[in-house]
Amino acid sequence: MKVTVEVNGTTQSHDVEPRLLLVHYIRENCGLTGTNVGCDTSSCGACTIHLNGESVKSCTVLAVQADGQKVTTIEGLANGEQLHPMQQAFHENHALQCGYCTPGMIMASVSLLDEIPNPTEAQVREGLEGNLCRCTGYHNIVKAVLAAAEGKVGAK
Amino acid sequence: MIPVAFDYKRAGSADEAISLLAEYGDEAKLLAGGHSLLPLMKLRLATPSVLVDVGRLADLSYIKDAGDHIAIGALTRHRDVETSDLLAAQCALLQHTAGTVGDNQVRHRGTIGGSVAHADPASDLPATLLALGATFVAKGPGGERTIAATDFFKGFLESDLAADELLTEIRVPKTPGAGWGYQKFNRRAQDWAIVGCSVIRNGTTGVALVNMASTPIRATAVEQAIAQGASAKDAAELAADGTEPPSDLNASPEYRRHLAKVLVRRALESAGL
Repeated sequence: MKVTVEVNGTTQSHDVEPRLLLVHYIRENCGLTGTNVGCDTSSCGACTIHLNGESVKSCTVLAVQADGQKVTTIEGLANGEQLHPMQQAFHENHALQCGYCTPGMIMASVSLLDEIPNPTEAQVREGLEGNLCRCTGYHNIVKAVLAAAEGKVGAK
Repeated sequence: MIPVAFDYKRAGSADEAISLLAEYGDEAKLLAGGHSLLPLMKLRLATPSVLVDVGRLADLSYIKDAGDHIAIGALTRHRDVETSDLLAAQCALLQHTAGTVGDNQVRHRGTIGGSVAHADPASDLPATLLALGATFVAKGPGGERTIAATDFFKGFLESDLAADELLTEIRVPKTPGAGWGYQKFNRRAQDWAIVGCSVIRNGTTGVALVNMASTPIRATAVEQAIAQGASAKDAAELAADGTEPPSDLNASPEYRRHLAKVLVRRALESAGL
C-alpha cells in the first residue's frame, strides 16, 4: 500500500506492507535512525516521536496509520546547527548518559511542555512515566525539562 | 516484533466499517488507536487477516451533554477524556480513570471505545464504566442497540459485541458532586493494574474491580454490605468474595485477594465513606 507522510516537513512517499511499524518506516524507509527501538512493546518510550504534534510510541503505530499525517522525529527539532531549547537543556544539564533513551525522552518532553507549559517537578516526573532510562539518569532529565520550561537555556 | 501479514481497509464511515465487518466476519478486527490490538498482533497472540481501520472516523470522537447523561463517542481518545472539563464537572471518576491509563503517549492514541471493546479485565476504564452503570451503543447491519455495562463483558477479552457490530457510543450518568475513588496498584508507573478498584457514591454505592476475574466485575458483596450500613473497613473485608483472581508473573491469587481488600477500603474512604 502506498503511504505519503510528511516527515520533518518533507513529504515522503513509499509503497509499504500494512504490517510495517511506523518506527521501522522512519528508520528504514526514511533513513532517519535517530529514533531508537527499545523494548518494542510500548513500555520504554525510546521510539517516541510526534504524530500531528503529539508524542506517540512509534513501535505501536502502523505506517499506514500515519498515511497523510505529520511526523516529527528527533532529527526534525533542531533549526540547522541551532539545537531546539529542549536539546540544549538536556546538553547543559547532563541529562544523558548512554544516550539510548534520549531521543524519545526529548520528544516526550517537548510534547509534555506543549500540554503543560509550566509544569511542577511532580508533573514532569508523571509526564515522563512512559519513558525509561536504564542508566537511571532521571534526576538530570527532570532538571533539564524544568530548565527548558523556565527558559533557562543557553545562558552559559 | 512483526505482526503476521494482513489486509488493511480504512473505513470512511461507521456504515462502511460495519459492511466491511459483515464481509470479512471473524477474520477481521477493528483498529482504533491500536494500543491494545497491535501489541497482541506483534506477539502473534492475535492474527486477524483483515484490519478495518476506524481510527479516522472523527464524527465518533466527542464528549456531549445529552440531558440525563454524558455521551462519549467510541473513538474519543483517553487524552480527551482526561482533559474534558465537562467530564471533570459531571463524571470526575471517569475523567480521573482515563488519566491513569498507560502513559501520555498511550493516552494520545488509545480510545475509550477500543478499551471497552477489547474487554481486558486488567484495563482501568471497563471497571470504572461498570461501577458507573454505563450503557454502550453498538451499531450493526440491523441497526443500533444499547447494552448495559453489566451485560457487556462476557469473558477474557470477550464482549457481547457481534463480529459485525461497531461500538459507537458510551453513555455515563451525570454524577456531579458524587464521592468517588479509583485505586490502582502496579509495579511500574505505566503498567496495567495488578488489582484496581473503582468506587462511585451517588445515592447508592457502585464498586467494581480490575483484574480480579476473567472480566471486570462488580464487588456485589461490598455493595450490599454498604447498603446495609457497613463501614468502609468492614465492607472492604468482603472485596474478594465471588472473585476468581488470575495468577501471573506479577501476583498470586492470594496476593490479589489481599490487595483487593486494601484497595477497596482506600477507594471507599476516598469516596467519602
